[in-house]
Amino acid sequence: MSARIRKRPERLLAQPAIIMLLVWMIVPLAMTLYFSTQYYNLLYPGKSAFVGLENFAYFFTYPSFWTSILNTIILVGSVLVVTVVGGVLISVLVDETFPGQGIVRMLLISPFFIMPTVAALVWKNLLMNPVSGFLAWVWKLFGATPVNWFADWPLFSIITVVSWEWLPFAILIFVTALQSLDREQMEAARMDGARGFAIFRYLTLPHLARPIAVVVMVEAIFLLNIFAEIFVTTNGGPGDATTNVPYLVYTQALLEFDVGAASAGGLVAVVLANIMAVFLIRLIGKSLTEKT
Amino acid sequence: MTRRKHNQTARTIRIVGSWIVALIVFFPILWMLLTSFKSELDAFSMPPHFFFAPTLENYEQILARANYLHYAWNSIVTAGGATILGMIVAVPAAYAFAYHPTLKTKNVLLWMLSTKMLPSVGVLVPIYLICRDLNMLDSKTALIIIFALINLPIMVWMIYTYFRDIPYDILEAARMDGASTGQTMFRVLIPVSRGGLASTALLCLILSWNEAFWSLNLTTASAAPLTALVASFSSPEGLFWAKLSAVSTLACAPILVLGWLSQRQLVRGLTFGAVK
Repeated sequence: MSARIRKRPERLLAQPAIIMLLVWMIVPLAMTLYFSTQYYNLLYPGKSAFVGLENFAYFFTYPSFWTSILNTIILVGSVLVVTVVGGVLISVLVDETFPGQGIVRMLLISPFFIMPTVAALVWKNLLMNPVSGFLAWVWKLFGATPVNWFADWPLFSIITVVSWEWLPFAILIFVTALQSLDREQMEAARMDGARGFAIFRYLTLPHLARPIAVVVMVEAIFLLNIFAEIFVTTNGGPGDATTNVPYLVYTQALLEFDVGAASAGGLVAVVLANIMAVFLIRLIGKSLTEKT
Repeated sequence: MTRRKHNQTARTIRIVGSWIVALIVFFPILWMLLTSFKSELDAFSMPPHFFFAPTLENYEQILARANYLHYAWNSIVTAGGATILGMIVAVPAAYAFAYHPTLKTKNVLLWMLSTKMLPSVGVLVPIYLICRDLNMLDSKTALIIIFALINLPIMVWMIYTYFRDIPYDILEAARMDGASTGQTMFRVLIPVSRGGLASTALLCLILSWNEAFWSLNLTTASAAPLTALVASFSSPEGLFWAKLSAVSTLACAPILVLGWLSQRQLVRGLTFGAVK
């Protein structure tokens, strides 16, 4: 890290990226902060005024707000559990070589490349429709009454769709990580009489600790922003049963045109994400220093 | 002897299990593909028809009436444009971070990562208003800039990890021969790391193609990409399943193929270089 290197003009090459991201982050965030203290509705443009914390007070006393926070936490939490647990089990299952392994892996990671609007509509109609959906047929096959998924179990249905989209991501990461697992160590353990579960518990799982942390972090970033799946299926309903924070802010901003309230809600989303980010960045930062 | 037999059975169970799980996970996509070749009547039939007279009618109608190509073109322009713009900004930045680090580089990289954690809704209102005031609602330019920005941190990180793997000696050798920074970058660095750069571009393309928050909120018709076209099938509940399937198949097929071809390389970008 000599002075010679530091003076190099090449360092300036990073500036465009840094400035663009800085502008992208600071300007809108400052505006959100400002709007959140204003009474400002796009339907009555001339009437904006400073109202202090009234928008926040409005949000905090708005019953749907707490529901949306709870829904966000349930959605993110459930999908994380399903994808991490499912991802670990499936990637261990397909880890040993067998005929057709390549095809099996291709099939397993496919849903990740499907766009959210397609995933949501295919699940809602072709699969989960209570009358003509595929699952209704399966239910009837077993003599059960078909379930009206999106009407009776709305949040569960959204969780199912989103888990299906993100399970492949976990599988992809874990399968890749398992390839660097020391085979000789595994063979030695087997020679010593270690059985399947012991190998999984004491060799595989510790090896996957860091990939799991990474999967949780990356998924959390995207899951906190889930919007399209709700937008095309339930519109946040019935009632506010599937309204998460992004969807609530969307309704305030682009359906009610209440800029002030939407900004206050947006800031709440930012705070929520930041609480998560503090833990996650620390985690990733640690694993970075370990490596270098 | 029994041990071997036991192992053999376990192996068979494992293989069969793998195939069953894979087919269940893939089934929704397969079902969508099948439905796209059904008549609307077949698509609704109960019990479902596994064998039916396939028809291309849905695809013809999608291309003729739903103006599919207009939306596909918008997807190509916005995702492609964002990828190009992102690469132009990200490659030099990664170069600077990898070969001319300062004491702050690590923090700057982590800060970039943290911008990815800023929820989109936190900036929805201002971005919407800025676009409105600049007359950029429903414009492809706005989407290109936004897609490039939301993918920039991933791209810088991914390229940074590729560059870090290239020995500095190669660059130093080029410099000894009198090459300028630009020459070193274009003649040495980019050719050496083209595999990594290609997968970075591909990841950006995939993520932009499938992006749905901004494309749904900032476009109405003229700049709307495929995600929005598919979303428009959500309103008349369950009326056009076969056509929905045909549109979805067309919209997803290219990205699915690209994803299959590059699955291993994507891991690095998606995990910010933490898993290779």
